[in-house]
Amino acid sequence: MSKRIGMEIAMAAAEAVALCRPDVIAAYPITPNTHIPEHLADIVADGDLDCEYIAVESEHSALSACTGASAAGARVFTATSSQGLLYMYEIVPVVPSMRLPVIMCLGNRAISGPINIWNDHSDYMCVRDLGWISMFASNGQETIDMCIQAFKIGEHADVMLPVLVNLDGFQLTHVVEAMMMPDQEEVDKFLPPRKPFAALHPDNVVSMGTLGLPDIYNEAKKANDEALINSKKVILEIWKEWETMFGRKYEPIMSYKANDADVLMLTMGSMGETAQVAIDELRKEGFKAGLLDLKLYRPFPADELKKAVKGCKNLIVIDRAVMSGGAAAPVCAEVKSVLYDEPDRPVITNDIIGLGGRDVRVEDFIKIFKKAAKAKPERAYEIYGVRG
Amino acid sequence: MTEKKWPETWQDTNPGLMIFKPGSSRSYLTGGWRAQKPIWDNTKCIKCGVCYLFCPEACITEDAEGFFMADLNYCKGCGICYHECWPRAIKMVED
Repeated sequence: MSKRIGMEIAMAAAEAVALCRPDVIAAYPITPNTHIPEHLADIVADGDLDCEYIAVESEHSALSACTGASAAGARVFTATSSQGLLYMYEIVPVVPSMRLPVIMCLGNRAISGPINIWNDHSDYMCVRDLGWISMFASNGQETIDMCIQAFKIGEHADVMLPVLVNLDGFQLTHVVEAMMMPDQEEVDKFLPPRKPFAALHPDNVVSMGTLGLPDIYNEAKKANDEALINSKKVILEIWKEWETMFGRKYEPIMSYKANDADVLMLTMGSMGETAQVAIDELRKEGFKAGLLDLKLYRPFPADELKKAVKGCKNLIVIDRAVMSGGAAAPVCAEVKSVLYDEPDRPVITNDIIGLGGRDVRVEDFIKIFKKAAKAKPERAYEIYGVRG
Repeated sequence: MTEKKWPETWQDTNPGLMIFKPGSSRSYLTGGWRAQKPIWDNTKCIKCGVCYLFCPEACITEDAEGFFMADLNYCKGCGICYHECWPRAIKMVED
């Protein structure tokens, strides 16, 4: 039976990962994800989890060790943030290209410079196109649920891909929240031991991470892209199974008061809960406001988005990263690309908010909402609240 | 069954391009990369085997008499054997 707990979300994520019985964990501490691998190290040191915990000297080694362990058939986990992710960058695209399930928590944090340890999504945006299934949690409950789901999704025979569970640094990692923590029996029932497609073993020779020259590189890329696109089917199935077992619903795009809304706001990560309060306030003032919360960023839920915005007049996309010199901020660029061919697409505006940990308040969403409802801005995107 | 050199379509590829048959790099002939090839003058060769040791492709073999030659299916023409051969028994010539 699940137990109601009050715990810091990073530590709860570690507890949830421990329930998944990982064979190998390799991680290097970096703010703000640190408490996840730190607490897992405690759990292993206390003898509560039979797991090889590799204390590596860098993130580059952390993901390399995880890749090797996954190739050997192990269930593996790592976690990082910001500069740590950039330090392991070289290995990040290798993992999906080898079709190896590795589960990674990313405590989202701004990237340097200027040096900043606080939250935004600019670290994730560096790796969004590298082939990992990517989810964004809005709160503690979703974080622990997604950690457990991630193993089942990534290791599924029709998927075989690494999964990133994004949780906003500090806003989620360091916040104490009330959560329902599944027990070992429930997780064992939901998540059977990993059955790898192939594993490195002297008795069964297999080469992984092979050379792909011009004669085969195109085909390899296409196969990987198809695998990621097709993983959505399995993700939806597993989320359905989760809902049946635990009663908590997951969809690629969750909506809040969106059915009859004229103006929709789209957010990702912990901002969604703040935005919900703003939607309530706007509804009180008579606006037909609604919220879309993007849970699954890769594979991008294009069909779900098209369906979700049907009938709305304005769509406000809230980004938490700058795509420097780009056509829009990253989420909005993707949203616009999906909706371009829709005959009745809404007017789309794009605000970047909460960079480098700048507070994101209910009144900010209300201001953005009222501004967007009035007129289309001159520029494709704006950094909300910037001085000057 | 004749074995294909490459999977023809993306659907034919193994997940992650995994290869289940050992020694598959042998079927990848790299000789086509070559612009020049090494030629041995066995009157100068002292059979020291330096060329054999330094060949990064490991495509140089020793014959029954103890002289050396490159397997041109794999020799990329890098010229390291030529560079290392101190009795100057190896010459690089246009292929």
